[in-house]
Amino acid sequence: MFVLPLHLPLAASDSRPWLPSQSSTVAGDVDAVFHLILWISLAFFVGIVGSLVWFVIRYRRRHGVPAKREVHHSTWLEVTWSVIPFILLIVIFAAGFTTFMGMAAEPDECYEIKVVGKKWVWSYQYPNGYIDDALHIPVDRPIKLVLSSDDVIHSVYIPAFRVKRDVIPGRYTSLVFEATETGTFDLFCAEYCGTKHSDMYSDVIVHPSGEFEAWLEKASNYLETMSPAEAGQVLYKRRGCAQCHSVDGSQMVGPSFYRLFGREAILDTGDTIDVDENYIRESILEPQARARAGYRKVMPTYQGQLKDEEIAAIIEYIKTLED
Amino acid sequence: MMARSAHGTYSSRFRAHHFETAEQQYAASKLGMWLFLVTEVLFFGGLFVAYAVFRTLHPEVFVNSAELLDTRLGALNTVVLLFSSLTMAWAVRCSQLGQQRGLVICLTLTILAAVLFLGIKGIEYSHKWHEGYLWTSRYSASDVSSAFDRAGTFFSIYFAMTGLHAIHILVGIAAIGWVLRRSLRGDFGPNYFTPVDNVGLYWHLVDLVWIFLFPLLYLIG
Amino acid sequence: MSITTEPRPLPSLTTPHRGERQSQSYLTSERGILSWVYTLDHKRIGVMYLVGILTSFLVGGVMALLVRTELLTPGRTIMDADTYNHMFTLHGAIMTFLFIIPSIPAALGNFVLPLMVGAKDVAFPRMNLASLYLWIFGAVFLVAAMALNGLDTGWTFYTPYSTTTNSSVISATLGVFILGFSSIFTGINFIATVHTMRPKGMTWFRMPLFLWSLYATAIIQVLATPVLGITLMLLIAERVAGIGIFDPALGGDPVLYQHFFWFYSHPAVYIMILPAMGIISELISTFSRTRIFGYRFLCYSSIAIALLGFLVWGHHMFTSESAMAAVIFSALTFSVSIPSGIKIFNWLATLYKGSITLTTPMCFAISFIVLFALGGLTGLFLGALATDVHLHDTYFVVAHFHYVMMGGTLMAFIGGLFYWWPKMFGRMYNEFWGRMSCLGIFIGFNWTFFPQFLLGTKGMPRRYYNYQPEFQGLHVVSTTGAFILGVGLVICAAVLVHSLFRGRKAPANPWGVATMEWQTSSPPPVHNFEQSPKVTDPYDLSDFVLCEESGNYDRPSAGKKQKKPGEITA
Repeated sequence: MFVLPLHLPLAASDSRPWLPSQSSTVAGDVDAVFHLILWISLAFFVGIVGSLVWFVIRYRRRHGVPAKREVHHSTWLEVTWSVIPFILLIVIFAAGFTTFMGMAAEPDECYEIKVVGKKWVWSYQYPNGYIDDALHIPVDRPIKLVLSSDDVIHSVYIPAFRVKRDVIPGRYTSLVFEATETGTFDLFCAEYCGTKHSDMYSDVIVHPSGEFEAWLEKASNYLETMSPAEAGQVLYKRRGCAQCHSVDGSQMVGPSFYRLFGREAILDTGDTIDVDENYIRESILEPQARARAGYRKVMPTYQGQLKDEEIAAIIEYIKTLED
Repeated sequence: MMARSAHGTYSSRFRAHHFETAEQQYAASKLGMWLFLVTEVLFFGGLFVAYAVFRTLHPEVFVNSAELLDTRLGALNTVVLLFSSLTMAWAVRCSQLGQQRGLVICLTLTILAAVLFLGIKGIEYSHKWHEGYLWTSRYSASDVSSAFDRAGTFFSIYFAMTGLHAIHILVGIAAIGWVLRRSLRGDFGPNYFTPVDNVGLYWHLVDLVWIFLFPLLYLIG
Repeated sequence: MSITTEPRPLPSLTTPHRGERQSQSYLTSERGILSWVYTLDHKRIGVMYLVGILTSFLVGGVMALLVRTELLTPGRTIMDADTYNHMFTLHGAIMTFLFIIPSIPAALGNFVLPLMVGAKDVAFPRMNLASLYLWIFGAVFLVAAMALNGLDTGWTFYTPYSTTTNSSVISATLGVFILGFSSIFTGINFIATVHTMRPKGMTWFRMPLFLWSLYATAIIQVLATPVLGITLMLLIAERVAGIGIFDPALGGDPVLYQHFFWFYSHPAVYIMILPAMGIISELISTFSRTRIFGYRFLCYSSIAIALLGFLVWGHHMFTSESAMAAVIFSALTFSVSIPSGIKIFNWLATLYKGSITLTTPMCFAISFIVLFALGGLTGLFLGALATDVHLHDTYFVVAHFHYVMMGGTLMAFIGGLFYWWPKMFGRMYNEFWGRMSCLGIFIGFNWTFFPQFLLGTKGMPRRYYNYQPEFQGLHVVSTTGAFILGVGLVICAAVLVHSLFRGRKAPANPWGVATMEWQTSSPPPVHNFEQSPKVTDPYDLSDFVLCEESGNYDRPSAGKKQKKPGEITA
């Protein structure tokens, strides 16, 4: 579009070492705007610093010789050095604006994935209802991420695609892009959200044409293809349990699952309870109903978010954590 | 409406050492007060913007919830504050003309009106408390019809705005009280009345804020 | 002409030399701590502010070094994630609210402004003292937050994180609220002083540029700060009472918070930079020994920046606001760069055919031009929509604002401190080490922050405790620079402190400047001027003559019939 004529002289269609790979349809355009601004800035910076250094040397004080400048104002100079930058700024604004509108445009046919951000994990729900902790997408196809947060503001940032969008609680935001390269890329949280903000990371896996559907098919059936305990472990990692419950006995926000099942535990009311299937199921669906003593009451409920088979798988997994 | 100060008879005990002339001090004081009033306008302005945003997003909530306010008490308070502004302006005039008794009476009446305002506000607030018409997290009114859904949002704005305003009334009472005390000492006259003038300006602004609050909160129902 | 110090044993600053007939300076006129606590003297208030803000700078700086040390390795280095989050939050809050916003207006402006208008004090000395007390109060609350549950929200306090986290948000925001009033009172004072206390003959266009910049800053302080006040008030109410304005769980809007917050905090950055630009105008013209170029445009550009600065706050929110809002704010944002560019070009034109000496203040002024130009140009990447999407909330932003705030405001502040130090404390300092400190700071600063631009373009987000291993190299470089920067700053402090004990006695006008503060002794007497100062063209340096022995610049025509100063038309 408008920016294309600038592509060629700036040779910005290849990525540079100071930028990530250009792996989406807009990355090249964004980089072109970047380099446009870079060249203009460099020109001005070299001009300013060059003049500065030259003047300081050339007009260094010589003993007894006063300053020689007669002129102390010049309206035409002021106008010139206001108008020329102004024009350049319009060019920069226009370039940024055009590319931005291109990035915001939503194609008619998008593959939609729901993304939920919650301290401090991302979860991705595919159209068939399957939930994964990594973002898998097909290459060369427009993707629309529908973003929501369960707690505080987060932000989805995929540097290689040059996209970023805030994820705000209480509303839906959306992000549209199309990957042009297969491979694995970084997805960061880019809005500070607390203790593990810098660990709130996902892989973005771009599948070659034709392979994405196969992956989705296989992954969606994990409850059938894996043993319940294995499936439970997958859920433990993907659904946020690992954020607060260790499996090796170490102290975290919540009780460790290590050697938990079948033992007695003390509640904050002082009563003791057997940690059996029912108690674990209740703790997942109504975490504050019978809370453990000595732990902060911060566990969110998974009511409506885990199917019965998934809860059963988690219980099976916990049962295996004995040594 | 500034009475000209008589030259040469300026009460030197109130001229600060760093000013060259009384006129300079008076001009500086007035400007300082006006600048402070500008900050107050912006301070309340933020709340008016919040009001505008929430009203735009939930117009029916605001219109319906406004019916839960007691318009008569609000109107009465408006009259009370307008009256207090009158007595305050009168007080300034008295100080400019050297009318000591009038000054003291007017300042006292202003304070009484202000206290009455707060009393009426107190009645309104206690009524809300009993009915459960409070801000969002404490909204516990028994009306559960959809017209009053999210009325908590309206009351959050209501209490924030009228509460902040009431705090300003309290501060105003203290300021007028201070001016009253100085008046009783005979500090003010045609040559020096700046504190009365400035406190008057503050009081008029507080009144003006209410003039906007009243229709926006009470009269939209 | 070179200025050297001769280390002679001298009496301390606060005791006058016995036997010497000496008019009391403001430092020695009254003794005892209470004379400082209850002072109404703008000079003493300025000095106390200086001590306070420099202490805050030290605390914030130590935190910065701890943050940078943690970032030497991708994982845990010296602290855990929570501690790190508290550390960068407090670094930002202390530096922004306790140091940089008050710095030039409160510490230098308070001292210099009344002297520059030939007055005995500011318009409202008691309000000035109140301003100082409020700064101290605000600092106490902010520091108390450190001692209680800390603060882990980032200096921006975004909701709903700030309304739900366990740290001492209320104490900290109460502190900032109080600090806001300190700033407002300073603004009111300065506007009233400039409007009503200028001497006869000093029309608006015969004012020195530092006054113009303080005036423009004061406008922002008065108009913008109350909005921060109400925002923080609502945040506190949200935490205490759950009023539900910003918390979506209570029907509130977190993006509304961002609009409110940035409506103040963007103009706030112009509070930081405008007085700095005023200082640079003074330094460049003084040490080029020539009239400033483009005086009127420099005045207008200060006012333009102050006003335009209120229109652009949404450029902090390109990824959270609507596309239409983003477009409008991006367009408006570019408008602010024009007046800033005008200033840089006028300073360069002032150097042209000047007679330049690289004194310590001049070194800092030149550093300012380089670093502020770089910082300002990188703002273009952030103002443009497409590139900002990639760079927002990355280290690119961190580098950008450190270049303009530290490479800009701090350099100008230190330059101004070196410039007015002889006037404030009556001592000259060691020029060689002063210039060395500038070099150390300049090198250390670039070493620290330039790599951060690259971290940002490569995609490293900010406020990150852990990071991807491929970013480590740049982080190690940056941390190394941070310690070099620290050394430079320590040298700078040492030079200044040393001068208080061993510095040569300063003459009234060591730099040969025509502005009024140099028409009184160094340091000034309590009432500022023994004889009424003369209103002259502040940028006419032509008839100054240097007395080699005392280092003082004199006007031989002083006492003779003064030609009427013409209005500056440039």
